[in-house]
Amino acid sequence: MRGVIIALAVALFGASATIAKAEMPAPCRVVEHQLDRETGLPRVAKAIANKKLDVLVIGAGSSSLPGSGADKAYPARLEAALSEQLPGVTVKVATDIKPGRTVADAIKPLVSNLASIKPALTIWQAGTVEAMRSVDVDAFSAALDQGIDAARRAGSDVILVNAQYSPRTESIIALGAYSDNMRWAALRHEIPLFDRFGLMKSWAELGTFDFTAKTRKLEIAEQVHDCIGRLLADLVVNGAKISEPPANGAR
Amino acid sequence: MLVRKDSADVVAPAAPPAVATERDLRLDLFRGLALWLIFLDHIPSNAVSWVTIRNYGFSDATEIFVFISGFTAAFVYGRAMRDQGFVVASARVLKRAWQIYVAHVFLFAIYLAEIAYISQTFDNPLYTEEMGILDFLKHPDVTIMQALLLKFKPVNMDVLPLYIVLLACFSPALWLLLRAPNIALATSALVYALMWKFDLNLPAYPSGTWAFNPFAWQLLFVFGGWCALGGAQKLAPWVHSPILRTLAIGYLLFCFYITMGWYIPRLANTVPRIVSDYIYPIDKTNLDVLRIAHFLALAIITVWIVPKGWERLKSPIFKPAIICGQHSLETFCLGVFLSFAGHFVFTALSDRLVVQIAVSVLGIAIMVAAAYLLSWYKRVERRGSGPRPPAGKPGLVGSGA
Repeated sequence: MRGVIIALAVALFGASATIAKAEMPAPCRVVEHQLDRETGLPRVAKAIANKKLDVLVIGAGSSSLPGSGADKAYPARLEAALSEQLPGVTVKVATDIKPGRTVADAIKPLVSNLASIKPALTIWQAGTVEAMRSVDVDAFSAALDQGIDAARRAGSDVILVNAQYSPRTESIIALGAYSDNMRWAALRHEIPLFDRFGLMKSWAELGTFDFTAKTRKLEIAEQVHDCIGRLLADLVVNGAKISEPPANGAR
Repeated sequence: MLVRKDSADVVAPAAPPAVATERDLRLDLFRGLALWLIFLDHIPSNAVSWVTIRNYGFSDATEIFVFISGFTAAFVYGRAMRDQGFVVASARVLKRAWQIYVAHVFLFAIYLAEIAYISQTFDNPLYTEEMGILDFLKHPDVTIMQALLLKFKPVNMDVLPLYIVLLACFSPALWLLLRAPNIALATSALVYALMWKFDLNLPAYPSGTWAFNPFAWQLLFVFGGWCALGGAQKLAPWVHSPILRTLAIGYLLFCFYITMGWYIPRLANTVPRIVSDYIYPIDKTNLDVLRIAHFLALAIITVWIVPKGWERLKSPIFKPAIICGQHSLETFCLGVFLSFAGHFVFTALSDRLVVQIAVSVLGIAIMVAAAYLLSWYKRVERRGSGPRPPAGKPGLVGSGA
């Protein structure tokens, strides 16, 4: 479905449909409509105005890279990209990443991190572990609601990040219901969903990256995380722009 | 005008003259189509699956499949229960449930083969988390047992366990459907309501509950049975009323608009907050009311476009789908197997659009060919121990399409 829409969009709008920012490396480019460019991030806008932006990334294994790669994983790349795009603003990205942790188990650490770090933005990656363990979908959805509400009460905007596109395990991990519920949670709370799955899938379709290879090398994984970090930064900066001035936000 | 019956279309055992209702070819047609859609949806990342109905509304092919299965089960076993009594009919229902269980275990064996293959051929630091799914190969003692108990159900293998449970519990429901259809339907609705009230569901392994909650989906199955045993005639004036038809079209358009918003964020932002607060999440596990409504709306429009006894139903164009619908269990299993195989082709060879289309078309062609083979074999069997019948029966050659 999405593939067809992308193909159509590319056919209709050609290159103009891609994010062709000078600083965006060619491999990272995606079709414009795949990033939510409508939803504002008022708290981020305020933090940028105050020249200090604290971000919290909370997630499971797919938010990190094995081995030496902590500074190559997307949270660190996000920090670098944000610092680049927001000169004069002190950007700090804190992480709380634990492989195999479900959303329900992430609530407690999330709440304590919100209190100690006081981020203006919480980026919450979810969906893979739940699908692997076939966690009850209702419970998943309820936990998302709980976490999003907690973050907002603590004065933080929220961006959801869904599962990775993993072609080789696609037929054995059923992401569908979890992806849908993340999408719906984003719609209900009027927060952006960073569609990591869709982006990676379109890279696969465009031939940008090959996700099926058997390899132990980190090279491609690092490039993918770099792109994800950059695109996330793009989403954050754009969301803040929409919400300017903070007094009367987008909605 | 009644002589049409021997045109080799009717593969079901010839009905005794006492029962007036002839097997409705529309059921076979739409069940066959649903099986094709399920196959297309089961191949992950298949571009061709954009044609399937789940992308344009709330319900998908599963609703069609369960409803028609309930309809035909009541039709076939209802007749048996009237003619041969409760015990014999129940035995036949249970035998069918057993066959489906065996089919499910067969599919699980194929799944095991696939996952074992992936574990040997795949490694990537990007997917450290995802590869954890292969850990279950380290505990085959537990997982295989849980699969046999229908608690561990890998991807795309949830429909058959649902069907098994529904059939295993079907005899009492059928008994009541034959005597007091409305009470049977009301009981089914009550179970559905209690399920929502008390969160009833069967446990799954390693955690959670069944992806298709039998306490919820039984409603559609029993409703299908109710329609088969006279309910459809009762509903006819409603179904054909222009007001309801307009409502159905309106609702389908609404669902279409909402669903499009899932792919186009800009459109989603035009949906008022109250609406999205109300509709989400749309629960597939527990068969959300919005999904039932969408299925009913689709059904109303379908019986309007394709009326009963529509002449074209017998045209060769529809024959492949009809024949698949008449061998639904075999076609379904083959479809699951082919979707595994199709996905294998995508990852091991190529997932270019051309290949995706080719795999989809070829898969359906194989399903159709197998269904033709089965119906030919059934005819041969039925003819008994006589000399081998001459080849060239319409079943094998007559497709034309």
